[in-house]
Amino acid sequence: MNFKFTDEQVKFRQEVRDFLEGEIKQGLWQPTCDAWIMAHDPEFTRRVAERGWIGLTWPKEYGGQGRSFIDRLILTEEMLRYGAPAACHWFADRQIGGAIVHYGTDEQKKEILPIIIKGEAYVGLGMSEPDAGSDLASLKTRATEDGDDYIIDGQKTWTSGGSNMNWIYLVARTDPEAPKARGISEFFFRTDLPGVSTNPIVDITGGVHFNEVFFDNVRIPKTCLIGEKNRGFYQILNQLDFERSGMERLMANYPLFEALIQYVKETKRNGKPLADDPVVRSKIAQLKIELEVGRLYMYRVGVIMDEGRAPNWESSMSKAYGTAFEQRLATAAIEIAGLYGQLSPASRLTPMRGMAYHSYLSSKGYSLQAGSSEVLKNIIAGRKLELSAK
Amino acid sequence: MDLVLTEEQEMLKKMASDFLTDKFPKAVVKEIEETESGYSPEIWKEMAELGWMGLVFPEEYGGVDMSFLDLAMLLEEMGRACLPGPYFSTVMLGGLPILDVGSDKQKQEYLPGIASGETIFTLALTEASARYDAAGVEARATADKDAYILNGTKLFVPDAHIADYMLCVARTSDGAKPEDGITIFIVDAKSPGISCSLLKTIANDKLCEVVFDQVKVPKENILGEPDKGWAEVKKTVERAATAKCCDMVGCLQEALDMTVAYAKERKQYGQPIGGFQVIQHYCVDMFTDVEGARLSAYQAAWMISEGLPCTQEVAIAKAWASFASPRVMALAHQIHGAIGCTIDHDLQYYTRRASADGVTFGDASFYQEVVAREMGL
Repeated sequence: MNFKFTDEQVKFRQEVRDFLEGEIKQGLWQPTCDAWIMAHDPEFTRRVAERGWIGLTWPKEYGGQGRSFIDRLILTEEMLRYGAPAACHWFADRQIGGAIVHYGTDEQKKEILPIIIKGEAYVGLGMSEPDAGSDLASLKTRATEDGDDYIIDGQKTWTSGGSNMNWIYLVARTDPEAPKARGISEFFFRTDLPGVSTNPIVDITGGVHFNEVFFDNVRIPKTCLIGEKNRGFYQILNQLDFERSGMERLMANYPLFEALIQYVKETKRNGKPLADDPVVRSKIAQLKIELEVGRLYMYRVGVIMDEGRAPNWESSMSKAYGTAFEQRLATAAIEIAGLYGQLSPASRLTPMRGMAYHSYLSSKGYSLQAGSSEVLKNIIAGRKLELSAK
Repeated sequence: MDLVLTEEQEMLKKMASDFLTDKFPKAVVKEIEETESGYSPEIWKEMAELGWMGLVFPEEYGGVDMSFLDLAMLLEEMGRACLPGPYFSTVMLGGLPILDVGSDKQKQEYLPGIASGETIFTLALTEASARYDAAGVEARATADKDAYILNGTKLFVPDAHIADYMLCVARTSDGAKPEDGITIFIVDAKSPGISCSLLKTIANDKLCEVVFDQVKVPKENILGEPDKGWAEVKKTVERAATAKCCDMVGCLQEALDMTVAYAKERKQYGQPIGGFQVIQHYCVDMFTDVEGARLSAYQAAWMISEGLPCTQEVAIAKAWASFASPRVMALAHQIHGAIGCTIDHDLQYYTRRASADGVTFGDASFYQEVVAREMGL
């Protein structure tokens, strides 16, 4: 047992911090919450790519760095801590590359991975549909074979990154006769195709991240199929472990936490800093305790991935826990800020750069996207505790 | 970073689990709880023969030179078995401080007796204020030629009534801060002027009120430096808190295992209740809490093992275990239904033990404040 990072890992963390602090000092961008999913900055992504920080864990033969998942956790933890605008490359780096490494053909690896590694693949995730959310296996979007192509017809919704994408990861039904989960396939292709159209969904904060995506007779070559036809649902389960396993489920609002700590130190009520109020101290210390334990769940997932094992219940646990933590953080920030907490980010009187208000709203979705907490708990109950329905 | 136990740790856990399961079925735990001494001298001897008391002592003192992390594994098994008796008091509260700051003479005098199981120790620290900080120490030790005269009342002292020696924390001078002027004394429990009375507690864990009335302690029985004892007291509290976390991990894991097993077995409405989603989610919530307790306890234990400063990590572990424990036990009881609320069911051993652990050597509020201070609030 060892809770220490190696000297190389400590140095790496510092290297990432120095880079990000340098960029902030140069005024290239400002820290924001949810930056990993909302802040699209192609130039930032290009600079990150230049440092070899996209595809860190992929095999060197495909242009990756062949490094550990713990190293990736360190990298992404710091990106999140500093609220860095990594949205352009986050999905491709987090899960698409892994899917291609795992299931892709040599041609796909040679063609696609370098594009991602250069920071040029802005990926939308085409999974959910209006009638298929938690019950993804019931999806209806069709991929019909036609010679050397597939024809895609249907509609996706809640498509993350849909407004910025130039590539889409798509799950579609290739065998309508088979039982639901056994007739689904995965595809990955460029979106600049006739028949693909998007419609932005404005979220509760007023921001745009999710989209509806419509596929009207879209023709894609069969070489866009990832892995085996009709095995997509089982392949995706593997990908979901990656999607769920990251620090973004715990640290996406770290800039808010930092701002909150600063706020209570600086803000006085009745002549005394809020930080002297026992209730405030207790709330913030409790958040710190919960954050630090959250990091242990997260790093535990990294340890398992580096052992070559699939962290299915472990990543379900870390995501369900982490997202609940973030909701508690935002709620605490609102409570501590009191009346000021309700001010919009645009108000001149708003505390903490309006992040409390914003995070309180945006965090409502965390326990829903990428696996609702209820589904995740079902996974833990079934896989680990072996409690099954009947 | 890795979370793998060494082969030695696996063996120690297995051996401990086998021994404790064999020697401490709940009927025996119940019997021992009802005795005044709170332990079985026969089994105590066997534990000493297994090398458990001197687990982390160097071989020259009769120990087996294992690490604090190894000891943490053993403590977890003891929690699982609801081990009654003065193991924690003797080793954690007596042996480790002596090992840490004792003179060679003191180590030679006391450690072999602990390792062999001959000597029982405890620590008399908390007083009426029931605090673990220096300001809570009001007991006084006044210099008198070659000795000190000790006066004061200590509360919640575990196993004082059977201890051969007590480490007593008293104030020898007044300084600018409450931490200044604190001294640790090794006190012979048979000294004239000491009176012990057993407190009735929820966990039947033999806590005592100990009155020191003009107790004479030789100067050479000062442990560490006079007036500068608080640093070691703080370290002892941190080790003890971490040890309690390990005990709680064992308790809570066992409660979880019992609960999951019950949910698979108990049928209502024609099916095991473990098939109902609410019950499943309750079990997952318990499991999440236990995993958090385990990871944070191991982290603190590992840092202590490595000699790294870990005030924050200990605070995080104990705060977490202390607030998670009532949540876990509440769900355990809820899932067990009425049968879990009877004295004959085993669950209540864990409910009582975990609740005592939760408040001992610092509760959640205490450690929240430690974390707040470490954060610079």
